[in-house]
Amino acid sequence: MGKPELKELRINRDWCKGCGICVHFCPKEVLDLDQEDKAVPVKPDQCICCMMCEMRCPDLAIDVILK
Amino acid sequence: MAVKDYIRKRFFPHIWCPGCGHGIVLNNLLRAIEKLKLKKNEIVMTSGIGCSSRISGYVDFHTLHTIHGRALCFATGVKMNRPELKLIVPMGDGDALAIGGNHFIHAARRNIDITAIIMNNRIYGMTGGQFSPLSGYGTKGTTAPFMNIDHGFDVVELSKAAGATFVARTSTYHVKQMVDILADAIDHKGFSVVEIMSQCPTYFGRKNKLGGATDMMTFYKDHTTPVGSKEKKANPELIERGIFVHEDLPEYCNEYDKVIEMAKASLK
Ligand SMILES: Cc1ncc(C[n+]2csc(CCOP(=O)(O)OP(=O)(O)O)c2C)c(N)n1
Ligand code: SF4
Ligand code: SF4
Ligand code: SF4
Repeated sequence: MGKPELKELRINRDWCKGCGICVHFCPKEVLDLDQEDKAVPVKPDQCICCMMCEMRCPDLAIDVILK
Repeated sequence: MAVKDYIRKRFFPHIWCPGCGHGIVLNNLLRAIEKLKLKKNEIVMTSGIGCSSRISGYVDFHTLHTIHGRALCFATGVKMNRPELKLIVPMGDGDALAIGGNHFIHAARRNIDITAIIMNNRIYGMTGGQFSPLSGYGTKGTTAPFMNIDHGFDVVELSKAAGATFVARTSTYHVKQMVDILADAIDHKGFSVVEIMSQCPTYFGRKNKLGGATDMMTFYKDHTTPVGSKEKKANPELIERGIFVHEDLPEYCNEYDKVIEMAKASLK
């Protein structure tokens, strides 16, 4: 098994409350908040699939989907 | 089973404020349950009243949303009747240790096989930010606008003294540790206590000028240390996290079965 590869960072916009926890603690600055204060992947190619955003999201709004 | 298969999706988005640590506890409790490969039908969650206690509405297990401070009493009743089920009791610091403090120490003393999770945000979130027995000296709340002069409990020391056979502490920053500790606690046969430091940015954070959710989680990162570490000796202010007690002692339901057998034998 090699390194996990990202297929998709899926963000549930109906559940995201824009707290910014995922943005702040991502080690690779992959995520940001958009104009509606919803999390969006801005540099998905940088993602190391550490799963921290998915685990720390208080709203269960992120899924890090692997290939 | 995927984590999201354990929730009642129809109640989402949940009621908690943006950045509330209680959502992170829910998230990783589900992961611990997934790690143990438990079926929904094997789990009973009882809770009392508080923002934290709302958690029982969101999980698709057998759930009882009961009365303030008494979640452990309901759990005890369920466990005595159906000892094969896993009992999980998430509580706020007020629910567990203010109004529910007496029930808490006696459940610990009996060593009944229940997992108590204290979602410690050091304040009464639901009712508007009154100080709790975990707020600590010098903090502020709506009922302590100048400063709180009550000293706080140390959940770990209290649980140890009361007789809990599994005692641990972690935070919403330390999510991997949270999953591992919760899985061990649920697996443990006896009374388990897991204190999870959980931010309430809306009241504790705002009243004490601690910043937002990310600042409060950064505080957990910077002001905690693994139990028994060298850092603690150098800086006694650090809060230790990890597993403090993990021991096997006779469990209450098993002991009660023995009494039933004794009573039956006495009738022969
Ligand atoms: C018998 C009774 N007394 C008081 C209350 C009011 N009350 C509701 S929640 C609560 C405290 C909540 O604080 P905590 O348990 O720490 O949970 P949090 O909301 O901070 O998660 C209180 C005092 C109540 N519902 N029932
Ligand atoms: S942590 Fe979750 S709720 Fe908060 S901004 Fe990110 S996706 Fe949204
Ligand atoms: S998985 Fe890790 S690297 Fe990828 S977006 Fe989430 S926190 Fe950032
Ligand atoms: S008041 Fe505090 S504890 Fe309650 S939902 Fe809001 S942040 Fe969470």
